[in-house]
Parts: sequence; structure tokens; C-alpha cells
Amino acid sequence: MFDYEAMRLIWWALLGILLIGIAVMDGFDLGVAILLPYVARSDVERRIAINTVGPVWEGNQVWLILGGGAIFAAWPILYATAFSGFYLAMFLVLAALILRPVAFKFRSKLENARWRAIWDAALFVSGLVPALIFGVAFGNVILGVPFRFDDSLRMTYEGNLLGLLNPFALLSGLVSVGMLTLHGANYLSLKASGPVTQRAAQIARLAAPITIGLFVIAGIWVALGVEGYALTQQPAYDGPSNPLAKLVTRQAGAWLTNYRSFPWTMAAPVAAIVMLAVSPLLLRARHAGLAFIASGVAIAGIIATAGLSIFPFMLPSSLDPRASLTVWDASSSLLTLRIMLFVTVVFLPIIILYTAWVYRVLREPITQAFVEGNAKSLY
Amino acid sequence: MTSIDVVSLSRMQFGLTALYHFLFVPLTLGLSILLGVMESVYVMTGRAIWKEMTKFWGLLFGINFAMGVATGITMEFQFGMNWAYYSHYVGDIFGAPLAIEGLMAFFLEATFIGLFFFGWDKLSRLQHLCVTWLVALGSNLSALWILIANGWMQYPVGAKFNPDTMRMEVTNFMEVLFNPVAQAKFVHTVSAGYVTGSMFVLAVSAYYLLRGRHLELAKRSMTVAASFGLAAALSVVVLGDESGYTAGENQKMKIAAIEAMWNTEPAPASFTLFGLPDLENRRTDYEVKIPWMLGLIATRSIDKTVPGINELVGRAEQRIRSGLVAYDALEKLRAQPSNAAERTRLDSTAADLGYALLLKKIRPDIANATPDEISRAAWSTVPQVSPLFWSFRIMVGLGFYFIALFALAFVLASKRWLDRYRSFLWLALFSLPLPWIAAELGWVVAEVGRQPWVIEGVLPTFLAVSSLSAANIWTTLIGFVVFYSTLAVVDLYLMVKTVKAGPSTGEPFERPGARLLVADAAE
Ligand code: HDD
Ligand code: HEM
Ligand code: HEM
Repeated sequence: MFDYEAMRLIWWALLGILLIGIAVMDGFDLGVAILLPYVARSDVERRIAINTVGPVWEGNQVWLILGGGAIFAAWPILYATAFSGFYLAMFLVLAALILRPVAFKFRSKLENARWRAIWDAALFVSGLVPALIFGVAFGNVILGVPFRFDDSLRMTYEGNLLGLLNPFALLSGLVSVGMLTLHGANYLSLKASGPVTQRAAQIARLAAPITIGLFVIAGIWVALGVEGYALTQQPAYDGPSNPLAKLVTRQAGAWLTNYRSFPWTMAAPVAAIVMLAVSPLLLRARHAGLAFIASGVAIAGIIATAGLSIFPFMLPSSLDPRASLTVWDASSSLLTLRIMLFVTVVFLPIIILYTAWVYRVLREPITQAFVEGNAKSLY
Repeated sequence: MTSIDVVSLSRMQFGLTALYHFLFVPLTLGLSILLGVMESVYVMTGRAIWKEMTKFWGLLFGINFAMGVATGITMEFQFGMNWAYYSHYVGDIFGAPLAIEGLMAFFLEATFIGLFFFGWDKLSRLQHLCVTWLVALGSNLSALWILIANGWMQYPVGAKFNPDTMRMEVTNFMEVLFNPVAQAKFVHTVSAGYVTGSMFVLAVSAYYLLRGRHLELAKRSMTVAASFGLAAALSVVVLGDESGYTAGENQKMKIAAIEAMWNTEPAPASFTLFGLPDLENRRTDYEVKIPWMLGLIATRSIDKTVPGINELVGRAEQRIRSGLVAYDALEKLRAQPSNAAERTRLDSTAADLGYALLLKKIRPDIANATPDEISRAAWSTVPQVSPLFWSFRIMVGLGFYFIALFALAFVLASKRWLDRYRSFLWLALFSLPLPWIAAELGWVVAEVGRQPWVIEGVLPTFLAVSSLSAANIWTTLIGFVVFYSTLAVVDLYLMVKTVKAGPSTGEPFERPGARLLVADAAE
């Protein structure tokens, strides 16, 4: 079967697919939560918006959980370094993600308006915080993160929460919020009804050009103002996973090398921009389904743009560039990668099949009559 | 190096969040199966009250499930956040079951749970029944995979230390999967979940009978809970014995500590029913012993001895010395990776490397450890005796109590006397918290008994933490405590409110007879 080098490439691609899965599937739930205060004015409208994702957000969230598990299994040292390094930021994300399930479940259990207002606020926070912080984390990865290893590979991190909130990272955070808001708005246009749909469509028309703008500015910033990293010596592509065996330098513009060497990779940013531009047009033409697919592809393009530009790096170290984690030295053993690939190839198609079936069963949009007729049992 | 403060804080945080997560897990495990059973009866008989029951218990299930999911997310990321060195050191093996749990179990339960609640009008009866069972299957599969991960921490098979990557790597995945400790844990833990689910249904139904409300629903629910609960309680005790047996095979120190057994018991070993462990003087006072019992639990024989703490510490000391050889070889290998002789020397002693690492708590340059320091490190392999001793006895006592209670409920149910004895109903109601107490104490036995190891014999807990500042962990620890306590209050409030409100459209079933038939026909 595949050798260690190929296996590492495959798992790099699978990691990308997973991140895209998280952003596309869990992303529209986050987007809907962010939009809740803007698209819905009355309680019934709120419940229309919430119930568009009501039966599916739980399954979508498993993409995120699987993301954690799969990084742990395939890139253990990345899992260890990233989550302990971004410690307090991760805690904020967790707090938001803990709020979300309970907010969905508890909100409509009481008729009390105050009670519901509190949970609506909780839902908004639980959508905004992860969307923002995931983007901020991406931004910091592109800049390099201050960590190093001792020779037993124990990691020390020398940054803090405020250091994460630098201008470039905040810009990335906004790109993330922008794209997920757009995606959520498209979803609401597809699945909600009445005024909620109209307001969502208006927001989608705004969010698309804003996201394009932010994405382009971030791209120019990376080209002109961010020092990238380059491998100067890599002992072997199929050697043991020990990040301290290679040499790395920092160079201005190094994050563009892959785009210069392999022009086909430009497809990612181009697709992102084109799809962002097309999405509101499709919405205007009353193809909400296609608009939703377009924003999904745009998200995939944005994530792929970042991943391709830092390849083969996964988590560069600004403190000790040699300690950076790359595709070639941060993976699990060959045996583990093979076992996990086998399991993924068997189960992912099954998951996609039953998920598709569930969405088909639930394909009807949520109407006011439906919410009012099932006031007790719905979210 | 990392300070002890960070270690204690990380342990406290993990223990708290895990114990909290496990408040919701057992109810999900048990109730999901009971929902499947109730809905199956509905689909087979077509009697509307069974649908009503499924929907009503489903409401409570949903509230609990949300909390289970919310608290599980913390667990998934906590290994990386607080246990970074652990994640690096064993992620090659430990990460796989976690990822497979996501693929195989979480997707299943989480995708279908939405249809369980919102699919009643969109699916045929049979389709909905399948959905319910898939949710139950998903929850139970998730228990299987996480316990394979946890079982490996207790008994790390199928893996080997790799000096080039400075971590453990998998050598035989089948051994990890079919780890006997994991199997025993799985059966014991899901049975504990079934006991919990049954007790919940039994107690809430008893409350309705005491109040004279929803009688039909309550009696039927109680009958289901009594039969399922009796089977589950028997299985917890019989298979708890299996847990003891596997622990006896692999974690002799845990068994010795649970028993507060300082000296080796001659065969046939007796079981200490009661006593007062005296840690200072390393002995147990006022012992009441049952002859032969321990030999049967721990070795399944009457002719083998069960080693005591003193003897095991002696063995640990030898392994530390052997581990120091491995450590020395590892140091030389790092200076000169191509040295084949050192590589073989490391290979032959690597199994004891973890024991040498115990010395790191005493001094960083462990190669120079004095005999006295080695002896101290060997004594550090003894877990805290008192909490183990007592937790285990309470759990076991409750196990036998559950058998008695469910057996009684079963007899009353089969004689249709469930509403005859109010004292029985009160007993059932007040027994509600007991399965949670037993299950939490079970985890205390399993996890505290594993100390000082995070991976038995391989990695000491104090080395496993992230290099964080204590202030960081205080922040998150306080955050979790505040956050979780608030949620616990809200959760309990909603649970109680839902129970008090009762089944929403249950009125036609209040009195048996004609109206019930009418309702059935209308379905
Ligand atoms: C014996 C059973 C058991 C044990 C020991 C654990 N869990 Fe758990 N977990 C479950 C049994 C379970 C469950 C029954 O499947 C849950 C509980 C309630 C629920 O909603 O699903 C769940 C939920 C749950 C979720 C949310 C899943 C979803 O969205 O559906 C995650 C991410 C985890 N758990 C992760 C963990 C981790 C990392 C653990 C180890 C430290 C852990 N759990 C211990
Ligand atoms: C949900 C059920 C569980 C409960 C209630 C539980 C309970 C505990 C407790 C009380 C501790 C603290 C022990 C001490 O510090 O003395 C602990 C530690 C720990 N447990 Fe568990 N545990 C559970 C499941 C698991 C599982 C499934 C795993 C791994 C898959 C696990 C891994 C750990 C780790 C890494 C620590 C920290 C290191 C340590 O203190 O040993 N636990 N757990
Ligand atoms: C006679 C009765 C029982 C016996 C002999 C028994 C035995 C054991 C043993 C030896 C362990 C530790 C396993 C290890 O070291 O890893 C354990 C753990 C545990 N027990 Fe029990 N137990 C009994 C009853 C119960 C009951 C009634 C419950 C809950 C309803 C329960 C829930 C648990 C749980 C959740 C764990 C932790 C998971 C595990 O290690 O399997 N046990 N039990």
C-alpha cells in the first residue's frame, strides 16, 4: 500500500477535508446563531430561525469533535502543541460550545420571555465566539506561534491570550466570521420562511462583498507584510516524526512559494472569490440552494488557500523555527495512519449517506404555521 | 520542569470535568435502550400509551443528552489542553479509539437524535423505531471506544517505546482493540448505565404512583424498568467481578490498595469486608475478613497468593533499577543515534523505562539517584489507600442493594402489586441518586487506583501535563466550576419541572378501560 510519505500527504489532505467539513457543516449553524438577533424580531421568528438548524446541528457538531479526535490520532504532536498553546482561547471556544447544546435544548422549555432572551443571547455568543476564534487561530498559525521543544519533546509556549489578538489575526477572525455569516444567511434563505428569509437574503448580499474585501486584504498582507517559513534541510520525507531533525528559515514572501511553483494551487483563492461573488447573485435569482453550495465552496477555497500557502508547515514556530511542525515530522506512526485511513474510508461514506437521508427527510422549510402548531415539541 | 502545583490542578480539573460528564453519561446509556424497548412495544402492539411513554421519557432523555454532549466536548479537547505531554507520548495509540469513536458512534447518535425528536410525523413507525435504536446503538458504541482508550491506559498492550520519536507507538492494534481490561470495563460500565436508567424510570414512576397521577404510564414504565434493571444489576455485579479479575491480573497494586492489604495473602486469599487502613504504620486495623473470597475475585483460584503492597513495592524497586539501564541507553542513543549496541540494550529494558521516570519527581538527573531515592520512588507507586478502600466497598454494597431492590420491584410488578405498598414506592424514590454515587465511586476506584501512573507502568502522571502556568489552569478550573454549577442548577430545575408537568397528553390514559381502548383505536 502507500508508503509513509504518501500516507502523510493523504492525512494532510484529510485534515483539510475535515477542517472544511467543520466549517461548511457546523459553520452554517454558527452563522445562523450569529444572525439570530438580526433576522428575527419576534419569538416566532426566532423559533423559525432556530428550528431550521434544530434537528441537524447536533450531527454537524460531530465534525468538530471528529476534528479533535482525528488530529489527535493522525497528528498527535500538533494536537498537543496547538491546544495547550492556545489554552485560554480554547477555553473560550469550549465555553461557547458548552452553551450551545443547552441553549438549543432549554430555550423554549419555558414560556418566560426573559428566560428565552437569555438563551437567545447565549446562542448568539456561542455562534460568534467560535467563528471568531477559529479565524484568529488560523491567522496566528500563518504568523507563527511562539513555542519550542526540549529534547524529550516537551513543548513550552511563550505567548498569551492578548498576543493572539494581533491585527492580522483579528483580520483572519473577521474573514471567518464573514464567511460563516454568509453561509448561515444562505442556509436561512433556503430553510426559513417569511420575513426571516428576506432579512437573511439582505444580509447575504452584504456579507459576500465584505468577505471578499477582507479576504483580499488578508492575501495582500500575507504577500507583503508577513514573513513566511521555508524548509532549508529536511532529512527524509518518510523519517521518524521528530520535529527537531530539520532546519528552517524565515523569509519574506515565503508563503507564496507554493503558488509560484505550482500555479494550479491558485485555483483555491480564485474559487473562493468567484464563489463569494456568485453566491448573492444566485440568491437574487431565487436559487437559494445553489447559493448555499456556492458559499460552501467559497469556504473550502478560503481554507485551502491558507493550507496550501503554508504547506508543508502545519504549525510554524516563531520562537524556534526549527521546532515548527510540518507534514513530514508531526504525524503518527505509519501503522496508525494506515489503520485510521482504513476506518475513515469505511465510515465516512456511510456517514455521508445517512446524513443525506436525514436532510432529505427534513427537507421542508420551517414555516410560522409549523412552529405555532408544534409549540410544545419544537426548540 | 513542571511544578507539582500544575500537576495537582490539572488532575483536579480532569477529575472534576470527567466526573461531571459522567453524571449524564450513564442516564443516556440506560435511557436510550429503555426508549428503544418502549417504542418497540408500541410498534409491535400499536398501543398508543407506549408511544406516549417513549415521548415522555424521551423529553427527559433530551435534556440529559444535551448536558452529556456539552460536557463531552470539554473532554475531547482536554487531553491536548492540559495533558500535552501525554498527548504527544501516547497519541499514536490513544488518539485512534477517540477518532474512531467520532466516526462510528458520535455521528450515529448525534445525526439520528434530531430525527428522534422531530421525525415523529415525518417517518413511518418502523422507520422511527430504527432511528431510536440507532441512537441507542451510537451511545453504546461510544462507550465501547472510549473504554478501549481508557482500558489501554490501565493495561497498555500492543505498543512499544520508539527512541527516535520519543514516544510510544502502536505495534499491534488488535491487542489494543481486544484488550481484556477494556472488554471488562465496557460491560461493567454500560451495565452501570442500564442500572442508572432503570432506577431513574423506577423512581420517577414511583413518584407518580405516590401522587396518584399518570397511573397507567407509571405502572408500565415501572414494569419495564424492574425487569431491565434486575438484569442490569445482576450483570453489574457479575461483571464487576470480571473487572476485579482483570485488574487483579494487570494491576496488582490497585487490588492490594483496594484491599488495604499490606502483606501478601497466603492462598487462599481472604477478602477484607471492613477495616480501618492505617497509612502511617502501613497496616489495617479491626479487619473483618471473608476467607477465600479475594482469591476467587482476583485470581479465580484458591491456590494462588495475592501479593501485598510491601511485596509489590519491592518489585517496583527492581523495575526502577532496570528502567535506569533503559534510561542510560536512551541518553547514549540520543547523543549517537546509530549506536546499535545501545539500541538493543534499550529494547531489552524499555518495558521498565516508565519506572525510571518516576524518579524525575525526586531529581531531574535521575541517573545519579541514590538507593534511598530509588526506594522512595518505589513507595510512590502505592496509590492512596483510604479513598480506594472505601469507594470500592460502597460501590459493591450498592451493587447488592440494587439487585435486591430490582428483584423486589420485579416480583411486585409480576403480581401487579406495584401500587400496593407505599413504603416500597418511597424506597424506590429515595434510591434515585444511588446509581450515580456508585458509578462515580467506581471511576474513583479505577482512576485513583491507577495513580501514580497516567499510563500504568509507562508514564507517570506528573510528567504528563502541559507546560502551563498555574494561573492559566486556575482560570479555567474556576471557569468550569462556575459554569458547570450554574448549568447543573438549570438542568435539575428543568428536569424536575418536566417530571412535575408529566406526560403532556396523558389524560385519556388516566383510567384504564373503555377510554384507553378508544384512544388506542384512534391511534
Ligand atoms: C462509558 C461511557 C463514556 C465515557 C467513559 C465517556 N463518555 Fe463521553 N459520551 C458518552 C459516553 C462516555 C455518551 C453516552 O455517548 C455521551 C453522553 C451523553 C451523550 O449525549 O453522549 C457522550 C458524549 C460525549 C461527547 C459529545 C458527543 C456528541 O456530540 O454526540 C464527546 C465529545 C465525548 N463524550 C467525549 C468523551 C471523552 C473524550 C471522554 C474521556 C475522557 C468521555 N467522553 C468519557
Ligand atoms: C467519564 C468517566 C470518567 C471519570 C468519572 C473519571 C474520573 C477521573 C478522576 C476522578 C481522575 C483523577 C484521579 C486522580 O487525580 O487521582 C481522573 C484522571 C484522569 N483520567 Fe479519568 N475518568 C473517566 C474517564 C476517563 C477516560 C475514558 C479516560 C481516557 C480515555 C480518562 C483519562 C484520565 C486522565 C488522562 C486523567 C488525568 C491523569 C490522572 O490524574 O490520572 N478518564 N479521571
Ligand atoms: C458487587 C458489585 C461490584 C463490583 C465487584 C465492582 C467492581 C469494580 C471494580 C473492580 C472496578 C475497577 C475496575 C478498574 O480497576 O479499572 C469497578 C469500576 C467501576 N464500577 Fe463497579 N463494581 C460493582 C458494582 C458497581 C455498581 C453497582 C456500579 C454503578 C451502578 C458500578 C460502576 C462502576 C464504574 C462506572 C466503574 C468505572 C469503570 C470501570 O473501571 O469499569 N460498579 N467496579
